[in-house]
This record gives sequence, C-alpha cells and structure tokens, in this order.
Amino acid sequence: MTKNFPLKKDRSLVHLGAFGLALLFFPFLAQRISFIEHYLDVMVFVGIYSIVAMGLCLLMGYAGQISLGHASFFGLGAYISGVITAKYGVNPWLCILLGMGVSAVVATIIGGPSLRLRGHYLAMATLAFCIIVTVVFNESIPWTGGPDGLAFIPGISIMGWALDSVLKYYYLVWTIVFLVLFLCLNIIRSRVGRALRSIHGSELAANALGVNVDKYKIYVFVFSAVVASIGGSLYAHYLNFINPASFDLFVSIKLLIMIILGGMHSLWGAVVGAVLVTFLSYEWLHFFEDAEVMIYGAIILIIVIFLPGGLVSVPAKVSGLWRGSKREAKG
Amino acid sequence: MEEISFASQLLQYTITGVTIGSVYAMVAIGFNIIYNVTEAINFAQGEFCMLGGLVMVFFRVALNLPVVVSLPLTILVVTAAGILLDRLAIRPIREPSVLAMVIATIGAAFFIKGAAMFIWGKNPFDLPPFSGRNPISFLGAVIQPQGLWVVAFLAVVVVLLTLFFDRTMMGKALRACAVNANASSLVGINVRHMILVSFAMSAAIGALGGIVITPISLMEYDRGAMLAVKGFSACVLGGMGSFSGAVLGGLMIGLIESLGAGLVSSGYKDVFALILLLLVLFARPSGLLGSVEVNKIKKF
Amino acid sequence: MRTKCSIGRGAAFMLAAVLFAVFLVTPVMKVEAADPYKVGAVFSVTGRASFLGDPEKKTAVMLQEEINKKGGINGHPLELIVYDDEGDSTKCALAVRKLITQDKVCAFIGPSLSGLSLAVLPEAEKHKIPMVSCAASYKIVTKDPETGEQWKWVFKTPQSDSMAVEAIYTHMKKNGISKIAVLSVTSGFGASGRSELLRLAPDFGMTIVADEKYGPKDTDMTAQLTKIKGLAPQAIVNWSIGPTQVVVVRNWKELGMTKVPFYQSHGFGSRKNIELAAGAAEGVFCPLGACNIAEILPADAPQKKVTMEYLKAYKAKYNEGLSSFGGHAWDALSIVAEALEAVGPDKAKIRDYVEKLTGFVGQHGVFNFSAKDHNGLTKDAFNMVVVEKGDWALAH
Repeated sequence: MTKNFPLKKDRSLVHLGAFGLALLFFPFLAQRISFIEHYLDVMVFVGIYSIVAMGLCLLMGYAGQISLGHASFFGLGAYISGVITAKYGVNPWLCILLGMGVSAVVATIIGGPSLRLRGHYLAMATLAFCIIVTVVFNESIPWTGGPDGLAFIPGISIMGWALDSVLKYYYLVWTIVFLVLFLCLNIIRSRVGRALRSIHGSELAANALGVNVDKYKIYVFVFSAVVASIGGSLYAHYLNFINPASFDLFVSIKLLIMIILGGMHSLWGAVVGAVLVTFLSYEWLHFFEDAEVMIYGAIILIIVIFLPGGLVSVPAKVSGLWRGSKREAKG
Repeated sequence: MEEISFASQLLQYTITGVTIGSVYAMVAIGFNIIYNVTEAINFAQGEFCMLGGLVMVFFRVALNLPVVVSLPLTILVVTAAGILLDRLAIRPIREPSVLAMVIATIGAAFFIKGAAMFIWGKNPFDLPPFSGRNPISFLGAVIQPQGLWVVAFLAVVVVLLTLFFDRTMMGKALRACAVNANASSLVGINVRHMILVSFAMSAAIGALGGIVITPISLMEYDRGAMLAVKGFSACVLGGMGSFSGAVLGGLMIGLIESLGAGLVSSGYKDVFALILLLLVLFARPSGLLGSVEVNKIKKF
Repeated sequence: MRTKCSIGRGAAFMLAAVLFAVFLVTPVMKVEAADPYKVGAVFSVTGRASFLGDPEKKTAVMLQEEINKKGGINGHPLELIVYDDEGDSTKCALAVRKLITQDKVCAFIGPSLSGLSLAVLPEAEKHKIPMVSCAASYKIVTKDPETGEQWKWVFKTPQSDSMAVEAIYTHMKKNGISKIAVLSVTSGFGASGRSELLRLAPDFGMTIVADEKYGPKDTDMTAQLTKIKGLAPQAIVNWSIGPTQVVVVRNWKELGMTKVPFYQSHGFGSRKNIELAAGAAEGVFCPLGACNIAEILPADAPQKKVTMEYLKAYKAKYNEGLSSFGGHAWDALSIVAEALEAVGPDKAKIRDYVEKLTGFVGQHGVFNFSAKDHNGLTKDAFNMVVVEKGDWALAH
C-alpha cells in the first residue's frame, strides 16, 4: 500500500524547487528557439488543465472516488466568470470567487446523494450531471450565448496592470498551479490525506476506525470542484471566448486520461499528464493529420499497458533498471 | 395534411421510443456481458455499433452482397475486432484493475474511431432497409418496417442469450465468472478465455445494433460515443449485470427521450432520461433490477 | 518476473523514443520555399464541423496548387499553412496565434465556425492582420449592430444566415405561407439559423407555431415532427447540417407530411444529401449560392464561368461532389490572392485593398466590399432551389 503513496517530504521540496526554476526559465528558452516559441501559449492551457487535474487527482487517486463531471465544474467557473464580467463588468477576481462559491454549492448538492454510490454507479451519476450541465449551457441562450458561445470576455488585471500578453498570463497561471500544488501536497500529508487514503483502501474499515467517511468524501469532492472552477475562470479570461463544447463529457474524459497517464496516485502525475495530453492534442499529433485520433488511442493503450503507474513511474523504473544493471555488473 | 389526434401522437412517440430504445438495449446488453465477467465497462462498445454499420455498408453497398450474406460477414468481422480488442488492449495489462481496463477501452475506442475516420472518411453512409421503406399506417401513427426489424432483432438476441446462459456449458461458465471469478478459476474455468468470449459476444451484439439502425438514421465514424453513453445509461438504470434490466433500461430511456421531446421540450430531451436515472440511483443505488447483494460483493 | 520487467522497461523506452522523435520531427517537416507569400488558414477539418472544414481545406489547397502551377503570384509562390482546429475554440485560438506570431503570415482565412471566428477576431485586430472568415454570422464583421460599424481587420465571404432566411421567407410569402414550424439542431449552425428565423419572422408576417430542436448525433426526429404535425403549420423550416438534415427529411416523408412544404437551410447544398435522402427530398426547397447550381445557371449569369470551372476542377481532383462550404474558402483565398497580386504582402495594404474591392465574381456571389460592409453580399446571393427528380432546379 505505501508504495503507492510515497511520503518523501524532503524530496518533494527539492522537486518543487526544480520544477519552479524550470517553469521560470522556460519562456526565455521558448523565445529563443523559434519552433517552440509558440509552446508558451500551449503551456498556459497546460497550467489551467493541471489545476483541474490536481483537484481530480485528489478525488480519484487518493480518495478513490470517480468523477466524470469535473468538466462541468470547470465550465461553471468559466461561465460565471465569463457571463458576469462580460454582461455586468464586474471585477474578474470577484467573479472567480463567485464561481468558486457556486461550484462549492453545486458540488455539495450533487455530491451528497451521489457519493453514496460506488464504482460505475458513481461514474454514471457524475456523467449524467455532466451531460445535464452541458445541455443547460446550450439551452440558456440569453445568458450563455448557447452553442455559438460567449465572446469578448474581458481579461484579468492585477491592480490595474493588465495581464494581456501570453507571457504575463503564463506566469499568473503557473503561480496559481504552484499554490494549488503546495496546498494539495499539504493536504495529502495531513490527517485529512491519511483519512482519504484509508477511505480509498476500504470504506468499511475506515468507518470502523472512526473516520467520518461521508464527511471526508464530500469535502474532497467540493474541494476538487472549487479548484476546477478556478481553472475554468482562468480559462475564460485567457481565451476571452467560451462555448459549451469546451466543457462537455469528452473534456471530463480527457481530464481522466490526464491523471491516469500521468500517474493517478501522484499529484505530479496530474501535472505530467496535463502536459502530455495537452501537447499531444494541441501540437504534436497534428503532424499525423488524419491518423491523429488513431495514434492518440494507441498512445493511451501503450501507457496503460506498459506503464500502469503512469509517466511518473518512469524515473523509478529507470533507477530500478540502473540499480539492477549495477547489481548485475557487480556479479 | 390531415390532423393527427393526440392519441395518435402519443402512439407515434411510443413507436419511436421503442425503436431507438431497442438499440440502446442492445448496447446495454453488450456492456453487461463484459461487466459480468470483468467488472469493467467497455467504452468501445459504441464503436462496435459504428463498425457494424460501416462494415455492413461495405459488404452490402460496395460489394453488393445480399443481406443474408453481408449480415453474418459483418458480424464476423466486428467479432474479430472485439477479439483483437481483448488480445491487444485487455490481455496485455499486467495488473488488471478495473480502472486500467476502462482506460484501455477508452484508448481502444479512440483507436477504432480514428481508424474508421481514416478508412471511411467523415461522411455519413446509408444502407438500404431490409424490407423496403413503405411505412405502415397504424391507428393514425406510422411504423417504419426497419423499426420492426430493430425490435425483432432485440427479441432474437434476448432469446438466444437466455438459451445460451441457461443451456450451454460456456454460458454457465460465464455466469459463474460473473458471480465470482476467483472461485470459477478454482473449479477449472479459464477466466481469460471467458473474457475473450465476452468481448466477442459484446462485439457481435453491438454490431447487430449498428447494422439494424443504419437504414433508419445513417452511420458515420463518430456516432459511437453517443450510443455508448446512452447504452451505459440504460445498463445502469436497469441495474448493472442484469439482462432484463438492460432491456428495461434501454426501452425506458428511448421512451422518455421520445415522449419528453414530443410532449415537453425537444431541447432538453436528453436531460429527462438522465434526471430519472439520477432519481432511481439515489433511491435504489443498484439500479432498477440490479441485485443489491451482488453489488455489495463486487469490488467496483 | 524478469521478462515482464524487461518488456515494461523496453516498451517504456520505446514509447519515450517515439514521442521524442515525433516532437523533434514535427516542426521540421514544414518546407520553406524561396520568398513565398505566406497565407494562413484555420479550418475545422475534423471534429463536429468537418462538413465545413473538410471541403474548405480541400478547396484552398486545390486553389493554391492552381495558382502555383501558373507561376505563383507575380512570381512568388503562394505558401498556404493550414491548421485544423477540430471545431475546438482552444485549438483555434492557438492555431491563429501560431500563424500570426510563429509562421508570420500576411493574412489568414477561416475559421469555419462563427463562434470560433468571434473568438479569434480580437487577435486579428490586436496584431493588425487581415482575416477573411469562412463563417456566416453577421456578428463576425459587425462590431456595433446599432451603427453598423465594421471591425477594421475582419472580413467574411459567406452570406449571412439572415440572407438565407430572407430568401426563404420571401419565397414563402410569395406562396401565401404565414404559419410555420421551425426545427433546428442544437449546434452553433442550427442555433444561429434559428435565431435569425425568430428575429426576422415578424418582418415577413410569419407566425412560428413550433420551435423544436434535436442533437447533432440524434438518430430520429419523428417525435419532433409528430408534434409539429399536430400543430398543422403551412410549412416547415429545418436548420441543420450533417446526417440529421437527411434523417429529418426521411422522417418527414415517412410520416406522410409531404403536403407541407419543407425548407432546408443552405447546408443542404450537396447532391450527396439528395442521394442519402433516398427519394425523400423530392420537392424540398432550399436557398443555395451559385456554386451549388453552376450547371443550371443561365449561360449569361456573371458567376457561370467561375462556378463551372470550380465544379470541374474539384470533381477532377477529389472525385467527390461539390460542397457549398468549399466555395467560401475559394472566395476567401481568391480575394486574398488578388490583393497580394495588387499590393504585395503588406498587411495594411491588403486590408485596404479588400475593403475597396468591388465587382469580385466569386462562388457565392458578386462581392462589393466597402468600409460599411465587410461581407460584400446581399440576399440576391441566394437562389431558391427545389429538388426535382433527384437534382436541383430553380424554384419559382
């Protein structure tokens, strides 16, 4: 059991530091090499999806509850931010908070009865929620603009300094990714994290040990919904345009694929998975044109079959290989 | 145009609902067969339907073979695809957890959809209906002959499956796996073999669903996802693992969609069935006909 | 145990190597020619709007090859960089930004969808680069509907949905129809048409007795049509694209409603759709641009020559029937090419040239741009057509 949830505290800080430095310097690299200049733009979306994926990772990888509805919380944050800033000119930061509040309420209402379900039934309930929300977005034309979408959403600014370039938004988004990552790592290491993992192991046993299973499940569900909503608001203010198709069931499944391919039991897996899936679908697979979808499917299959722990398990495998060959050399 | 009475309207909605519900039921049955043996959901189930339709187009239209020949050929080809899915996507997984299998089927679904787009392109295709297009008038409503074929095939599938699971050795072995895979392997049942059989059967039934609906509503490379979602909803509504539940769930969802569209609002028609589904799940977490005890034993 | 581990390791390395190779190779595959004129294009080639983007891309590529075969534009080869946005707003924005900042095009055509065009036009305005959209909504070019002020850098070639609706309503009014039912698909295309139908109805004295919808992947519309049957309208208008527009016509026939005139949107404009309807499309009306009906245009019609040429060339190269949406891309790229020929690859000069362009004979009409009109078409760009004996005929 413990091998799934490594608790190396000091290493985490080192990882965080290294990651932070890499992110800090990536734009300088990108601006110098012309053919990845445009990756900065993609990295903003990677950051946004990482935020959502980390919340989902906490819910699925640690508490063991499946959700196919997180694209809807992503969408709620986006639409609340979008509609209220576009129609009423309210400060975007206030709208982000409002989005978080609304998502929390909706998550509590939905989560309450749904989390009593298990496995595929929970998946179906969250799937149903996702579709219902998409239809509502599509049909509420006076509010959301319907299938054609909502355009000309204002951007964000900090104290009057407008974040209107790719570079500025990149730093904003990744700062928030860092904050969320730090927060989630702390949660995992706390009593709450242990409670979640006990629930994942066996709800019956956890209950017997005095863990209030229902309470924790709702907490983590609401937390992940709120985090997804933050991502959604950031998305709306960056793209300045949203339509219901960006928040449908396929996006929920994409989030699932991100955390599974990255490594479900690790927060870093959420980030790595977001990088992989976003770059694959927005950049790298375009080369294959008509074969794009096939290759995407093949990549998912290969990783699931050969790397069940996701991409984050690669360093461990590589070092195991290294140690194994050293042992062989020693004889 | 003659006026249509409200009663005839209701009848028309019912006919449409039963037709499309039968297709959902077939997809749901496919889900159940695989779920029973592996506890996993095969997200590629919808793609089998799509393949059934498109491959049938190839045999029937491109090669101009009569239905009697092209139907079994299509079923064979799609069954082979199902076997390949098991061999290449499911069997190689070294630690077969339910989630791993589900994601593998998602990957396979993308692959199959991509391959279909590659081979057939993005345009929709048509099949000539099995017995002509002349609609049958019935009490003010209209029945398409192809719709009758849909319901007929569902009935045939249900009857054959019942006989299979009750009377044949393999059927009983599959049922044993459904109850407890470990115990079954202890008494000598090759569970891996059973998984292969379940995928083959699901593919065949899914293909049948796709073949029989194409003359009514055409078929294109990306229809699979929608069918999978509706079929999964039907499966859960009826209670996972229960075949009568799958048929009941499929027909209910088809009817609610059709009646909801006609009587209330067509923009929200997808929502009505889902709301009912949610209410059922909150009241009966194992679905309408699902067994509560079995649900507790199953790990997923 | 050993073998399983090594397979895992081996495969992991293989995967990493493959991905790395893809990553390296991807950008390098673009071939740079000497001194070319770079024009960008973003189309929804795959995904939910592939009916739009696929023929648009094929047409644009075909046109580019034709131009280069004739020696390019003033000796400079035309380099067309096409990206597929898959109908997704994020991909569209990324593609447009890449075209502008990384590929450094002097103008770009597309996107195929109205929503996406609205999403990316701020980029065109911000970077001061001419954009010729292949999507229909009037909001793409009109910055302020009250004053009619147009976006400075944005043009579009398709007729607005309002023009198609006006053509339909004019025909209906001429035939004494005033009570109608509306059917639409719940996608951007359908929603846009529906809102125009609702908005313009009072201007033509139309009462809408039913407003039904269906999803783009739905298999059957008999429920919606049955409800409409019960309300006994004098005509039905359907606004959708893709297989649903064929299924709904089939359902209309099967339910025995053929005495009620059926109008399709201009999305119906392809012979393939008539074929797929399997005889159910007889008598169906629809408004079409000239390129769809090239063969039945009178010989002296101004668009006869370009539309016939396009029809022949497209059929010869791709061996499939024409799609009206490809015509939008033809118009867009041809206009940009003509501007390049006149003023060279200067973004501001191209914009000024297009804005002053009049009398341009295109696939969908004769364009007359102006500062107040970045679309350049009127409702005469649509002809009412009826399906007769499995083919198009001009309706009267």
